[in-house]
Amino acid sequence: MSGTIFTFTTPLVMPTTNQLTLSDRRDHFLARLGLNRSGHRVEPGLHSLGSPTPDSPVFVTANYTLSFDALRSSLDEWMNCYILVLDTKGVNVWCAAGKGTFGTGELVNRIKITGLADKVNHRMLILPQLGATGVSAHEVKKLTGFRVEYGPVRAADLPEYLETHKATPEMRRVQFNLIERLVLFPVELVKLLPYLLVIPLILYFVSGPLAGAGAAATMLAGIVLFPILLPFIPTKDFSSKGLILGGLVALPFALAAYQYEIDTTPCMQITRAIAPMMVMPPVTAFLSLNFTGSTTFTSVTGVRQEISTYTRIMAWMFASGVATLIILTILRITGW
Amino acid sequence: MFDSYQSNTLKYDPAKCINCRMCTTVCPHAVFAPGENEVRLADYLACMECGACQMNCPTGAITVESGVGCAYAMFYAALTGKDEPTCGTAEDPCC
Repeated sequence: MSGTIFTFTTPLVMPTTNQLTLSDRRDHFLARLGLNRSGHRVEPGLHSLGSPTPDSPVFVTANYTLSFDALRSSLDEWMNCYILVLDTKGVNVWCAAGKGTFGTGELVNRIKITGLADKVNHRMLILPQLGATGVSAHEVKKLTGFRVEYGPVRAADLPEYLETHKATPEMRRVQFNLIERLVLFPVELVKLLPYLLVIPLILYFVSGPLAGAGAAATMLAGIVLFPILLPFIPTKDFSSKGLILGGLVALPFALAAYQYEIDTTPCMQITRAIAPMMVMPPVTAFLSLNFTGSTTFTSVTGVRQEISTYTRIMAWMFASGVATLIILTILRITGW
Repeated sequence: MFDSYQSNTLKYDPAKCINCRMCTTVCPHAVFAPGENEVRLADYLACMECGACQMNCPTGAITVESGVGCAYAMFYAALTGKDEPTCGTAEDPCC
C-alpha cells in the first residue's frame, strides 16, 4: 500500500448497545462470585450508544463491567448518547469514588484525552449520584467548562429522571433491600470457602460431627444469614446483632452438647453446653462487623467505635470458649 | 447502649451557605434539607461520612472526615499499625 498518511486522529469512539449478551451475563456472574476480581473491566474512554449527535447527552461511569452494563442496559433503545468511561481500575462507582479514582482529576483528564469538547456542542455531563464522593462539580466546571449534573443513585431510575432532569427524593436515597443484600454474600462465601471447608473438617476429625457442624454453622450465619436478616435483628450495632444471631445459632449446639453424654456430672454437662455459646457468637459477630464495609449507611466513626467497644468482648468470649473446649477434649481423651 | 452511631465528624456552618443545594442533591441519606435562606441539617445521625457534600460544597460550609467504613481496613490498621487502606487499590481491588 502506497501513500499511507500517518495522522494524529482524534481518539476512537467505541460503539456499544443497550443489550446484555450471554457473555455479559457470564461476566456478571463471575464478578458476583468475586472470581477474576480485577478482570471485569471496560475500555476507558468515549463509548457511543445508538448514533449520537453533538446535541446528545453524555453519561459518565466507571470501567467496571457491572457499572457500565447497569448504565447502558437501563437506557432506552432509541436513546442516542455518549458514555464517558473513567479508568477506575475495574472498581465500581461507589468504591472508586471513595478512593478518588472516580474523581475530579480522572474526569478532567478523560474529558481532555477523548476530546469531548469537540464532539458535543453542549457542556453538560450526567454522573451517577454516588460518584459525588470523588467528584467536585464546581472544580470540574472551573477546569473544563463542563457542568456536572448528578443523576439518580440507581441507573434503573434514569429513564424517569431524563424526562424532567429532576430526581425524586426516593431516587436520591440509597436503599439496602433484600435483593441488594442477597447479591453480596456469594463474594464473601467464595472468599472464605477455604476456611469454610478446612476448619469444620479438622474439627470433625479432632472432636466429632457436632464440632464440625458448629464451625460451619457459625461461619455461614455470619456470611449468609446475617446479610439476609440484617434489618430484623435487634440493636443497631453490627457486632451486637452478630452476637445475637450467633447466640441463636449456637443454641441447638449447646443443647446437643448438654445431652451428649448424660452419664457425666451435671457440672460437666453445663460446661459442655456453655462452650459453644462462648465460641460461636463472637466469630459470627466478627464476620457480621466486617459486613459494615458492604453497606452504605455505617460511618467510619461508628465502625471505629464498634471495634473499640466489642473487640475485647469478642476476643475474651472466643478465647475462654476455646480454652473450655480444649480442657473438655483433654478430659475426654484421658478418660476422666 | 448497642448503638455506636451516635456521633460523627460532620460539621456544617450555615453562615457560609449560599443555598446552592448541591449537598441536598448528593447526599444519599437526606442529611440536609432545603431551607429558605440556607439548607438545614435535617438528619445529622444519618450521616455515613461519605464526604460527597463536602466535595461539592463550593463555599466550604461543610466539613466531614470521610472514609469507607470498612471494618477489615480498620482491623488491618489496628493490627499492623499502618494507615487504614482505602477501597480497591490497583493491586487489590477490595470492593
